[in-house]
Amino acid sequence: MKLQRRNVRGLRALTVGAAAVSTALLLTACGSDDNTQQGGEDATKAAGNIKCGGEGKLLASGSSAQKNAMDLWIKNYMAACPDVQINYNPIGSGGGITQFNQGTTAFAGSDSALKEDEVEASKKICKSGQGINLPMVGGPVAISYNLSGVDELVLDAPTIAKIFDSKIKKWDDAAIKKLNPDAELPSTDIQAFHRSDESGTTQNLGKYLAEAAPDDWKYEAEKSWPAKGGQSASGSSGVAAQVKQVEGAIGYFELSYATSNNLNSVKIDTGAAEPVEATSDNASKAIAAAKVVGEGDDLALELDYATKAESAYPIILVTYEIACDKGNKADSLEAMKSFLTYTASEDGQKILSEEGYAPIPAEIATKVREIIPTLS
Amino acid sequence: MTTAPTASAPPPAPLTPEPAAKGKATRPGDKIFIGMSRGSGIFLLVVMAAIAAFLTYRAYIAISQNEANFLTAFEWNPQGDPPRFGIAILAYGTVVSSIIAMVIAVPISVGIALFVSHYAPRRLAGPLGYVIDLLAAVPSIVYGLWGALVLVPYLDGMNMWLDQYFGWTYLFDKSGSGPARNLFTVGILLAVMILPVITNVTREVFLQVPKMHEEAALALGATRWEVIRMSVLPFGRSGIISASMLGLGRALGETMAVATVLSPNFLFSGHLLDPGGGTFAQNIAAKFNEANEFGRDALIASGLVLFVMTLLVNGAARLIIARRKEYSGANA
Repeated sequence: MKLQRRNVRGLRALTVGAAAVSTALLLTACGSDDNTQQGGEDATKAAGNIKCGGEGKLLASGSSAQKNAMDLWIKNYMAACPDVQINYNPIGSGGGITQFNQGTTAFAGSDSALKEDEVEASKKICKSGQGINLPMVGGPVAISYNLSGVDELVLDAPTIAKIFDSKIKKWDDAAIKKLNPDAELPSTDIQAFHRSDESGTTQNLGKYLAEAAPDDWKYEAEKSWPAKGGQSASGSSGVAAQVKQVEGAIGYFELSYATSNNLNSVKIDTGAAEPVEATSDNASKAIAAAKVVGEGDDLALELDYATKAESAYPIILVTYEIACDKGNKADSLEAMKSFLTYTASEDGQKILSEEGYAPIPAEIATKVREIIPTLS
Repeated sequence: MTTAPTASAPPPAPLTPEPAAKGKATRPGDKIFIGMSRGSGIFLLVVMAAIAAFLTYRAYIAISQNEANFLTAFEWNPQGDPPRFGIAILAYGTVVSSIIAMVIAVPISVGIALFVSHYAPRRLAGPLGYVIDLLAAVPSIVYGLWGALVLVPYLDGMNMWLDQYFGWTYLFDKSGSGPARNLFTVGILLAVMILPVITNVTREVFLQVPKMHEEAALALGATRWEVIRMSVLPFGRSGIISASMLGLGRALGETMAVATVLSPNFLFSGHLLDPGGGTFAQNIAAKFNEANEFGRDALIASGLVLFVMTLLVNGAARLIIARRKEYSGANA
C-alpha cells in the first residue's frame, strides 16, 4: 500500500514540476525574442563601413569590463557579416588569458597587459610568435556615493585612499569638509564598498591611489582588494547595488554602472584648476597621456594616473585584446583581423562613448590599425 | 528525494532470499545485472579516486610554493609575489555559518515533519508535502537574491536588537553600523535553504514508523505526544541524523547564495554580526574568474580541504547511525 501511495505522489510532483518548468521555458523564450529584435534595428544603422573577411566561428573570452563594448561591436559586425559567428565570453581577464594560452580562443580580452610568464606561455600556442597587447577600450572608473542631500562631492586622492583604507570613518570628517566647504555633510558612518571578486577595476584604482597618494596608500596594486577594512560585494553590479541600497555608502565601478543606477559620482581634485568629473571625454584626455611601453608590435600602455592636466579624469582603465603576432589559428585568422579592424576603426571607437566607455587616443588607435593587418 | 534516507543510511540488508541461488546466477539476465551493478559500483569508486587524485596533484603544486602557512594564514593572495594564502578564515566561516544553519533548521524541520506526518489533517498534509518538495528545488541563486534584497535590509533591526540585549555574549557584539551582510545572516539564509531537504527526508522516515508500534503505545494509554516521544522519535532518530547530514552537506558547499549575501574579507572576527568572513565555496566562486593558473591551483587546494571536511562529516554521521542502529530498529 505504501509503495502505491509513493508512486502517486511522485507522479503528481512530476506534473507540478513539469508545469513549472514549461512555464519558465515559455517566459525565457519570450525574453530572448525581444532582445534579438532590438538588436536587429540598431545594427542596420551602423553596418556601413565594415569590411568582412573569413567565415565560421570566432571564439574569444576575457575581461568583463569590456563586455558591453564587445556586445555592441559584435552586434554591428555580425549584422554586416553574417558569415562570421563571434562569441565573446566575459569570464574575466584571468580566465581569458588562460583560455587563450590553452589555444581554445582566437583572442582574449584583458584589463591588464600580459605578464612575462604569460608571454612565455603564449609562445607555445603562437609557435613562431608570441601574444601581443592591442589596446582597444578605455573608460573611467567612477567613485559613486549615496548621501542624501549631497549632490556634489569633491575628493582628492589622499582622501579617497583614507576612506577606502578605513582611516576616515565619518562623512563630516575635516578632510572631506575642507574639500567641500559648501556641502552639508552628515555625521553618518562611511560604508566603503569594494569588490569581493578579483578585478582589473580594483587593480586600476589601486594603481591610481598608489601613484597619486603614495603616502596614504601603501598597498601593491593587485586584482584582489588589498586593504583590510570596509565591506565588499561581488562584481561591479553588486557594488553598485549596495551603494544604491545603503545610506552613507561609497564604492567604485565603471561609469556605466553609475549612470544606469542614477548614482552621483565624485569629482576628483587632481590639482588642476577645476575638479574633474567622471565622463568619457575626460577619461579620453587622461588616456591620451599614456605611453606605449610594449616592444615591437606589442602596445602595452603605461597610464599616467597622477595627471594634473585640465579636465583629465585620472582613474582610468584600458582593456586590451590579446592575440598572437604570428602563428594565429588559420581558420579564424581572417575573421579576427576583419573584426578587430572594425573595433579599432573610427566607427568602432566612436560608438564606445554611448556605453560609458572612452575611445583610445587617436595616436595609439592608429598604431593598432597598422598592426592588425600584419597579424598572421 | 524520497529515497534519500536509504541512500545515506544504507547498511544493506543481505539480499539473499534463496541461499541456494547464491553464486550460481543461471539466467543471463542475472549475470548481466550483476555485472552492471558491480561495474557501476567500481566506476563510482574510480571517479571518486580520480577526483581526489586530481585535487591533490593541483593542490600540491600550489601549496609547495606558498609562502604563508596554508592552514593558519588570514589572507588570500596566491597571485602576489611571493604567493601567500591560507584557509583559516574560510574554514572558520564555513563551519560557523553551517553550525548556525543547523541550529536553526534541524528543530524546525523536525517540527514540520512531525506536523505533516502526525498532526496535520490528511487533506492538508499532501499539499504541504508538495510545497516543501518544490522549495527544495528552488535554485540557490534565487535564495541568494532574496537574501540580498529582502533578508539583509530586514535583518538590520534584529541585528541592532541582538547587539543591544545580547552584546555581552561577545558573539552578538556589533561594532559600527552597516548592512547585515555577515555570517549570521548567511547562517539564517542557509537554514532556510536546507530546511526543505531535512524536512522531506525526516517526514519520509516518520511515515515509515511501524503502525504496530504506534498502536501499541496508544493501547497502553499514551497521548499523541507520548506516542511520538516513545515510538516515532526513537524509530526516526537515525533518519533525522542522516537527513541533517544531507542538509549540512548542502550548507557546507553552498556557493551562490553565500556569495550574493556575504560581504567577504579576510579579517578574523568572532563577532557574528560584523560583516566579513568567507566560506570555501564562496571564495572559489569569487576568485576563480580572474585567477591565473597558479591562482586556480590555490583555489583547488582550498576545495580539497572542503572535500576532506565533507568526507569527515559524512563519516561521523555514518558512525553515529551505525551505533544507534541496534536500538532504533529502523533497519529491521
